[in-house]
Amino acid sequence: MTILEFTAIVAIVSFVAGLLGSLTGLGGGVVLVPLLTTFFHVDIRYAIGASLVSVIATSSGAAASYVREGFSNIRIGMFLEIATTFGALLGAFLATRIPTSALAIIFGAVLLYSAFVSRKPRPPAQRSLPPDPLATRLRLNGKFPDEEGQRAYNVQRVPTGFSLMFGAGALSGLLGIGSGAVKVLAMDQAMQIPFKVSTTTSNFMIGVTAAASAGIYLSRGYVDPGLAMPVMLGVLGGSLLGSRILVKAETQSLRLVFSVVILVLGLQMLYKGIWGNI
Amino acid sequence: MPARLLKPFQPQPWRDRRIEIILGNALRAGVLLSAAVVLCGACVYLSRHAHEPTDYRVFRGEPSEYRTIPGVIRSVMNGRGRGLIQLGLLLLIATPIARVVLSIVGFAIERDRMYVAFTLIVLAVLLYSLLGSGIGL
Repeated sequence: MTILEFTAIVAIVSFVAGLLGSLTGLGGGVVLVPLLTTFFHVDIRYAIGASLVSVIATSSGAAASYVREGFSNIRIGMFLEIATTFGALLGAFLATRIPTSALAIIFGAVLLYSAFVSRKPRPPAQRSLPPDPLATRLRLNGKFPDEEGQRAYNVQRVPTGFSLMFGAGALSGLLGIGSGAVKVLAMDQAMQIPFKVSTTTSNFMIGVTAAASAGIYLSRGYVDPGLAMPVMLGVLGGSLLGSRILVKAETQSLRLVFSVVILVLGLQMLYKGIWGNI
Repeated sequence: MPARLLKPFQPQPWRDRRIEIILGNALRAGVLLSAAVVLCGACVYLSRHAHEPTDYRVFRGEPSEYRTIPGVIRSVMNGRGRGLIQLGLLLLIATPIARVVLSIVGFAIERDRMYVAFTLIVLAVLLYSLLGSGIGL
């Protein structure tokens, strides 16, 4: 394949991944690394470097439109970023020390878990939970616009959420992804943050988390300009388009298709990791 | 001391929101700028190397001109397309860092000392990772 063909095909695939990731809310980065390693025979380290860069682009590019809706909570975001950035440092440190087959196995497991989380019905939002003393002291509780005007929420189980976010940061630094699935576990389930607040806040955090490991990746020579260029431009274009044409009715079937894709790619990564042909 | 400074802390949603909107727009501007630089680099790179074969099967690691800030700047000066792409990617990495710096200012305006401290911790981790990685060498 010549450089022109390779660039064009990778840009188109990245555009579709960014578009689907944005429409389904599952993130485009998670499918890119397996696609690049499986179909384009890219070494997993180059793939992770390119994906990490695209994660910063989509997170920062979408921030402005999310902010206007008034759901994100900058205090929750900043407090949890302490955990995710330390985690990302650990992840990037480990990434250069563990074999690529182990990286593929961990990646496969995260993909399977993401597919599982995306199919699980979301528990109905708990209303009027009592305020947690620690969350109150940290000023994490907030309000967001609802059908009935402003709805207040009280953040729960701060230490559990904080520890899980450290794990999310470590996975992001290790695999070059946004690790949305772990964030759902930490913010939606442990901390009981309303869905819209947690998705927009975590989007805000993903860019900072990825920036904490991106410098390490770049300085280690994992970010190849010829590969990162079509991936970053493609994913960014796709996700910006996706945030404009967000059609609520269609997303159910799209989510199903996308989670099947994630499942298949996860099994493939596990297979490649275990049989060592990566 | 004015009386309002003695009152307990009250979160002010409209101020938070104004800060967030400024931050969101700054982030979008940073991303669009870096995408434009990457696109310029892509044109130069593709106009010169379009018909060469690709090979990413074997990990070799990038040469130092694409791994460090002075190296990238030197290769941009030499008119390298890939240098320009890496410069765009460096701008992209700098964008969330700039957001963190702006947040410190925002929390300081609100006189929220606790969150100024939290944000400084995040900034310290980001700078440690960048400078400790040897990217500046």
